[in-house]
Amino acid sequence: MSPKTIYDKIWDAHLAHEAEDGTCLLYIDRHLVHEVTSPQAFEGLRMTGRTVRAPGKTIAVPDHNVPTTPGRDDPKNMTEDSAVQVAALDKNARDFGIHYYPVSDIRQGIVHIVGPEQGWTLPGMTVVCGDSHTATHGAFGALAHGIGTSEVEHVLATQTLIQKKSKNMKVEITGKLRPGVTAKDITLSVIGETGTAGGTGYVIEYCGEAIRDLSMEGRMTVCNMAIEGGARAGLIAPDEKTFEYVKGRPHAPKGAQWEAALTWWKTLFTDESAHFDKVVTIKGEDIAPVVTWGTSPEDVLPITAKVPSADDFTGGKVDAAQRSLDYMGLTPGTPLSEVKIDTVFIGSCTNGRIEDLRAAAAILKGKKIKDGMRAMVVPGSGLVRAQAEEEGLAQIFLDAGFEWRLAGCSMCLAMNPDQLAPGERCAATSNRNFEGRQGRGGRTHLMSPAMAAAAAVTGHLTDVREMM
Amino acid sequence: MEKFNKLTGIAAPLPLINIDTDMIIPKQFLKTIKRSGLGANLFDEMRFTQDGQEIEGFVLNQPAYREAQIIVAGDNFGCGSSREHAPWALLDFGIRCVISTSFADIFFNNCFKNGILPIALPKEAVDILMKDAEKGANARIEVDLEAQTVTSSDGEVFAFEVDAFKKHCMLNGLDDIGLTMEKAASIDAFEAQAETARPWV
Repeated sequence: MSPKTIYDKIWDAHLAHEAEDGTCLLYIDRHLVHEVTSPQAFEGLRMTGRTVRAPGKTIAVPDHNVPTTPGRDDPKNMTEDSAVQVAALDKNARDFGIHYYPVSDIRQGIVHIVGPEQGWTLPGMTVVCGDSHTATHGAFGALAHGIGTSEVEHVLATQTLIQKKSKNMKVEITGKLRPGVTAKDITLSVIGETGTAGGTGYVIEYCGEAIRDLSMEGRMTVCNMAIEGGARAGLIAPDEKTFEYVKGRPHAPKGAQWEAALTWWKTLFTDESAHFDKVVTIKGEDIAPVVTWGTSPEDVLPITAKVPSADDFTGGKVDAAQRSLDYMGLTPGTPLSEVKIDTVFIGSCTNGRIEDLRAAAAILKGKKIKDGMRAMVVPGSGLVRAQAEEEGLAQIFLDAGFEWRLAGCSMCLAMNPDQLAPGERCAATSNRNFEGRQGRGGRTHLMSPAMAAAAAVTGHLTDVREMM
Repeated sequence: MEKFNKLTGIAAPLPLINIDTDMIIPKQFLKTIKRSGLGANLFDEMRFTQDGQEIEGFVLNQPAYREAQIIVAGDNFGCGSSREHAPWALLDFGIRCVISTSFADIFFNNCFKNGILPIALPKEAVDILMKDAEKGANARIEVDLEAQTVTSSDGEVFAFEVDAFKKHCMLNGLDDIGLTMEKAASIDAFEAQAETARPWV
């Protein structure tokens, strides 16, 4: 047998049908659903008299739209259109008999945090969701990616997706990270190197010592942003850390099934000499704490750098960079560490897990945020929130002057009331710095939770290493 | 889905790279439970001021391009979120074809589900078509899916690649789900085998 990558192995194990022209039906093990990209899909089922083929493998949770302030389980406290979408998800979950975590449930949260937390996401699975950050689940050695609403309907009806296989790409981070450098810095640095289309047509396997050394939370952060590099999915071979994280979770296998699962999971690695179509290698020690300066996730620089000039680029990037600089209100040559910040947002499916809150709280302990700063923490799930309260992290955030919110996507995409005003500049732990992403005219700088916490204290982009 | 065979229309030039789905349809318009009506807000923040006035310089506000059916765009069109609202908004405005050097994966797939043809061509070809598009209503670009060609207003012909299955579905306006359901026996068989091999799933 020819050597296989982990992607090849998961693909082969889920191939339900292959046509002569290579068009495949890939079987889907887990389908995660949220309120924004699913209503039209359920409507499609109703119009055609179709049902959900595997309701037991379908899990729904409202996250994109929901307010993160108290009283939100009363629809009156939501905007009308948001309430309509959440009510539609409620009804669809009930009518079609799928698993559901309503806003009133402590397990509610961002779909990509709830899935792993509840043990729905397991190694070797195929996981899809009508959300591009489904790549997050790749951290478990699962093949996980975002799909559009038509595909959501297709999976609901058939539990399969029509697919052609992607190519294999390896991103290796060798050696150790330096102090103050985190998973977020790894994933942003990779996109800075490959560009936002560098992964188009590929499934990325992240590997190397620096990846192995990451916790499961850190691995989720890395895989989460595979889509920002253009890849269909990003994944990491499972190991003892993965199994340890999964064991005992509500929907993880138990007893003899656990042993059987473990036996298979341990075969999920890339065979020696398996072929990769593209390889990127970065030395862990070369990665610095980074921030984005522009309006594309590829606009990444070390915090010690200066705002670039459009002339530093070539081709179509010259105009794009100038447009970004104008939108961001930045002057070339300004040290990034002198860029003043109005708002800090800690949360999202990229960095809304317990480890992220611990990292931010470690910087904030005993300190206050800068006068006039707006700062909020939005835990990724109700359970993350509860754990942070138990560990005393919530109190550290509150004492520092942060708002302590309820779980949801919040200001990452600003579909709920948490938005930036025009010109407002935000240090954000989320995943996209697109124009208008966090509110029309809002200016987003992406960074790690520790870097965002440091910026909250000083009032400007800050090298977190100076505060450690 | 409406069939796509041949299209001759005005092409709007959008020479920016990395046009993302947040630009195509900003998030405040995703709070709909319908597929229709999104064309009014296509490229909303580039097209309209905050108080809803048209921004004169934006290409789709110029008289020559109000009836555009094709967009010629810079590299990596449609990157970002999986929102199918992006192709829904394009379609609702009247766009049936986007030409670029490259497309983001999810957006690319979403287009085919909605009768929009995304065509990837080499940079030199896109540059020529971009220039052609800049001529406005006087220049009509012809797209022929059956023949897999794009013809500029000067008669220059560019061949493009398209997946055979996707082409078949577009030409015939076929519903994917219906086609997959014809293979129900294969799915049943797979499910039974997988249930034995991986009962914990």
